[in-house]
Amino acid sequence: MSSIGTGYDLSASQFSPDGRVFQVEYAQKAVENSGTAVALRGKDGVVFAVEKLVTSKLYEAGANRRIFNIDTHIGMAVAGLLADSRQIVETARTEASNYRAEYGGNIPVKYLADRVAMYKHAYTLYSAVRPFGCSVALGSYDEIDGPQLFMVDPSGVSFGYLGCAMGKARQAAKTEMEKLKLKDMTCMELLKEAAKIIYVVHDEVKDKHFELELGWVGAVTQGRHQKVPQDVYAEVERYAKSALEDDSDSGNDDM
Amino acid sequence: MACMMSNMSTLDALSPDWLTSEHSTGTSIMAVEFDGGVVIGADSRTSTGAYVANRVTDKLTKITNHIYCCRSGSAADTQAIADIVNYHLEFHEVQLGEAPLVKTAASVFQELCYNYRDQLTAGIICAGWDRRHGGQVFNIPLGGMCVRQPFAIGGSGSTYVFGFVDSNFKQGMNQDECVQFVLKTLALAMSRDGSSGGVVRLGIITEDGIERRTVLGNELPRFYEG
Repeated sequence: MSSIGTGYDLSASQFSPDGRVFQVEYAQKAVENSGTAVALRGKDGVVFAVEKLVTSKLYEAGANRRIFNIDTHIGMAVAGLLADSRQIVETARTEASNYRAEYGGNIPVKYLADRVAMYKHAYTLYSAVRPFGCSVALGSYDEIDGPQLFMVDPSGVSFGYLGCAMGKARQAAKTEMEKLKLKDMTCMELLKEAAKIIYVVHDEVKDKHFELELGWVGAVTQGRHQKVPQDVYAEVERYAKSALEDDSDSGNDDM
Repeated sequence: MACMMSNMSTLDALSPDWLTSEHSTGTSIMAVEFDGGVVIGADSRTSTGAYVANRVTDKLTKITNHIYCCRSGSAADTQAIADIVNYHLEFHEVQLGEAPLVKTAASVFQELCYNYRDQLTAGIICAGWDRRHGGQVFNIPLGGMCVRQPFAIGGSGSTYVFGFVDSNFKQGMNQDECVQFVLKTLALAMSRDGSSGGVVRLGIITEDGIERRTVLGNELPRFYEG
């Protein structure tokens, strides 16, 4: 896609002759440099797992979180430039709050995803701004609509998903997801698999240290989005690590 | 509003009040929840002072297919509010891709009634059915409060029948029981209240939409009239 020096990549509002908007594609590249984030939708909830790359040993544990509460019932996982992501989080929270004030109820996550998508898309239209260098996954659960999951990318498109992945190893993560029967899985099972995916796709050579971040919203949390409790986190992490060891053991057998 | 008319010249005293005073739905309105829907009802009198400007008014106004409101107070104010809420919810339905909740409609009513409480004379009962919470009744009285109730009465006629509804309301009535409850209550209110009367308009809102009924004045249930 290299377009170095063609001059069509200087403005977000300019097409190249073959019909592309390079600034948007660069923004998507920015997402691909980020640590992997996955979101899975099962039968009774949505889970988020993020490979948060720790770039300095001097950070305290839990710094620069990448899973956010948007409203009580909505969680958001982000990938890409964290500063850009935080503005999207802010926008989404304002949107959810306005909806509650105006209509007296929870904002439907599809509606929120559409609004966030419109906001991001606006930043691909004008020469004075650049697109947001981040993708976001929005998840929610309620008894009537069940679990719902949406992902919005820098170009401002939004789709509903059973499972979605963003960041560095998103291709590998998607391949892992396709092996799962997502529709039949409970939150706990989803969480274990999501954590496992993060451990499997993590590149030990290029990125040494990472923190696993987990969030969930589902029947188990009464429809509220929360970061997973300590004991569950420990169990899930143990499962992911041991599954990884089993995989690498069997891998050795094959050789 | 009415107070604007207070210090008019002597000419005013010569002309009949229906030329100058405001049309108002001095009214009896009511809504009751039942399992699977709501029953709404209203009398049909619109008066201008002592003059009956319309004896077959329809005070049950559509907001969406499954949400209606019962209007009381100034006819002009409540019609305008209902139009605005209708506009809001039509737009909202398109954005949402599904039918709005009754709570949503009630919130929009409240927003308008509260923000413009000093300029409006509007007592509204917002009722309907949605797939999330079934039949619901929200009462939005004069100051712009909004509260969900198992049933609500409103308008000038309601003051005569609070005792009746309190003693006759039972939790968990079925559709037919609710229709009878509304009909009796409104008939009592209409016979005592001078600014209520005419026919009874009824609406039964369920998942299938609304069923409208009209009970003529001579077909209304009769009670002690001494």
